[in-house]
Amino acid sequence: MKAGQQETRAMNGDEAVAYAVKQSDVDVVAAYPITPQTIIVERFSEYVADGKVKTEFVCTESEHSALSACVAASATGARTFTASASAGLALMHEILYVTSGCRAPVVMAIANRALSAPINIHCDHSDSMAERDSSWVQIYVENSQEAYDSIIQAFRIAEHPDLLLPVMVCLDAFFLSHTLENVKVLPDEAVREFVGNRQLPLITNHNGEKVPFKLDPDNPITMGPLDLFDYYFEHKRQQEEAMQKAAQIITETHNAYSQLTGRRYGNGLVDSYRLEDAEIATVCVGSTAGTTKTVVDQLRAKGVKAGLLRLRNFRPLPVRDIKEALENISAIAVMDRSNSFGGYGGPIFHELRHVLYDTSSHPYVVDYIYGLGGRDMPQNIIKGIYKDLMEIVETKSVKEYVQFAGVR
Amino acid sequence: MRDEQKGWKDIPIAGVCWKPATEYHTGDWRTFKPVRDQAKCTKCLLCPMICPDTAIKWNKATEDIEFDYNFCKGCGICAHECPVDAIKMVREGA
Amino acid sequence: MVATISWKFTAREIAEKPELFTSGHRACAGCGPAIALRQIMKATRGPTIVTNATGCMEVVSTIYPYTAWKVPWIHTAFENAAANASGIEAALKAMKRKRRLKQEKVDVIAFAGDGGTFDIGIQALSGAAERGHDFLYVLYDNEAYMNTGIQRSGGTPHGASTTTSPGGTDIPGKTQMKKPIADIMVAHEIPYVATASIAYWQDLLIKARKGLEAEGPAFLHVFAPCPRGWRYDTSKTIELARLAVETCIFPLWEAIDSEYSLSPQSKIMTLKPERRKDVREYLKMQRRFGHLFKPKFEHVLTDIQKIIDKRWNKLLKKCSMT
Repeated sequence: MKAGQQETRAMNGDEAVAYAVKQSDVDVVAAYPITPQTIIVERFSEYVADGKVKTEFVCTESEHSALSACVAASATGARTFTASASAGLALMHEILYVTSGCRAPVVMAIANRALSAPINIHCDHSDSMAERDSSWVQIYVENSQEAYDSIIQAFRIAEHPDLLLPVMVCLDAFFLSHTLENVKVLPDEAVREFVGNRQLPLITNHNGEKVPFKLDPDNPITMGPLDLFDYYFEHKRQQEEAMQKAAQIITETHNAYSQLTGRRYGNGLVDSYRLEDAEIATVCVGSTAGTTKTVVDQLRAKGVKAGLLRLRNFRPLPVRDIKEALENISAIAVMDRSNSFGGYGGPIFHELRHVLYDTSSHPYVVDYIYGLGGRDMPQNIIKGIYKDLMEIVETKSVKEYVQFAGVR
Repeated sequence: MRDEQKGWKDIPIAGVCWKPATEYHTGDWRTFKPVRDQAKCTKCLLCPMICPDTAIKWNKATEDIEFDYNFCKGCGICAHECPVDAIKMVREGA
Repeated sequence: MVATISWKFTAREIAEKPELFTSGHRACAGCGPAIALRQIMKATRGPTIVTNATGCMEVVSTIYPYTAWKVPWIHTAFENAAANASGIEAALKAMKRKRRLKQEKVDVIAFAGDGGTFDIGIQALSGAAERGHDFLYVLYDNEAYMNTGIQRSGGTPHGASTTTSPGGTDIPGKTQMKKPIADIMVAHEIPYVATASIAYWQDLLIKARKGLEAEGPAFLHVFAPCPRGWRYDTSKTIELARLAVETCIFPLWEAIDSEYSLSPQSKIMTLKPERRKDVREYLKMQRRFGHLFKPKFEHVLTDIQKIIDKRWNKLLKKCSMT
């Protein structure tokens, strides 16, 4: 397979996701529509209606049921997909933990949208950031191409026998979900071959037999029992172990996919931009990275040693990669598109500063909460952030650690 | 029970159960024990149908019913419902 | 829509059939729902996957690392048994289409209590029924949230004392009526809906089998007394289940393609009305109704009889028995 065999199509982020799902030999899609994710389920319904997929599409009465159906379908041995956003993801909250606890490798696309109230349909990351502790792998994409690529990778990552955890692919509402881009797509067979068949590791059942890990009348297993203080902790420890293996599985999958397509997103976990000799840098997830790269180029043209680190994965947190990328930077600004009310900055700031705490260089790390409810993040605001960083380096002092960028 | 407890590396993932409930005996919950009068019993097979604990079994080989005291919790439904009063509840240890 | 019944369940046949819900579960002594599950699992016709809502039966049957289930079984949450069943059925369909299913046919059963059905699970149930998934939903009704300590549910009958609708000095227990859940399911125009009782095992088994054979969603409402929550001696579980039918507080009927018909155990109450028993006989055996026998609340007994009569007459009309 060569990159040359890829076809360029004009698609928005949602369509790119739906197209990737169509190609990934998914058995069950159970979903409920919510703006701005709707296009994903609409397009997919068309594939079903036109007989282009053999998938069973379950259009449920709520997101809670959508994810519940996915968990049960996945437990039955099916490859499953769902999509949601905002209030829908919040309604799934209970089942997100059930999904990972049942080790159901469900893949979900999230069109990141602000949480109510007041109700708002536009982009911020408050929905998926609120689910960061649910034991789902979280991939944040920068553009529609990456959305397409990441969904295909996500099935292979989630279903890896050493992982068996669900994966969330997060794309920014409207900026990505509804914006037309050129997206290079692989031929169907190439995707089919890349994702392969769902693998079912053997597991010991109540008869002491090694049986495939699925609900199979020939080899019964019991899933989701009452698990009290004597074993619950051990099961949660197993989940953490799987998460610790996730980084390697993600990079391996990313590398294999890169060989197929010629496309890379950093090392699959973090995507550095002009960081090698940088003195100041910003850190973000999602589509803001695109605008920031332009700003970095402009600053570089003026001789400012600016760089950017985009976290592609927030879960698992690529601790080693963050340290390696940032330990020699003097001042770092995190850009958080969600807030942790009453906390000390946003969720990315919390973790990034924490990771950098034990580096010998002790860089300055500040936070900018931006873009809530879809508020634009124009170049001039990002430039302002880099200007603040330059001042921090110059004065060796920080005026404010947590600020709001772009609020009146 | 405590000595049986395994570590996280030694148990199946996802909370999949690895012991049949039949290894857990509930018979010691019982304070009254059903005792059958074989002469009265017509083997109508009502009691095996209504036992909540599958503690009354039909033995195909002997063509007779058997009480499994490993599991009988002593609820007394069988004695109460027996159409010919062939089962009496007797206090354990009496 | 429902296949012709060409089989009969004899006691011998059933007694010899392997137990799919086994001993060693930790339900209370005299548990009605445990009897219901045992009996229904005896009505299965082949490969079956079970999903269970959170509740008594889920808890007592799978205390880790033990399981009382001989069939593949999954529990995920309280309100989603029907959504789980939807997912299992969808997975089976897709895998069959892709020739990845070993079995020719796999049945799906969802078990849920009254809390998981009348209340928190009704949305998922209604959605799954509307979508037409092929599965049997079994409601084991012990008329309150017993697993969490006897709190009222939409299935708790009028006048019953629970820990959240206690029979007090001023309020005589639950002041609302039991939700007519099976009628609500008939209104979904699904192929099969029935009520059944653990007191009539053969009727229950036949209905469970009909539900499995129905192509599309089937709903079985099983009356299953709880000695702990209803406060009666553990030996009286079957007696109370029988009395509920004999007093017409829980009539047995089925609706095939929305056509109601009374089951023989209830039909006899119209053919031989002298067999119908006074509801007081049923109520006085249970301490959850004890407060109604104090002079202050005696009027509630009359109200209960009125509710029963009204619903019974309505049912007779639906069954074209008037």
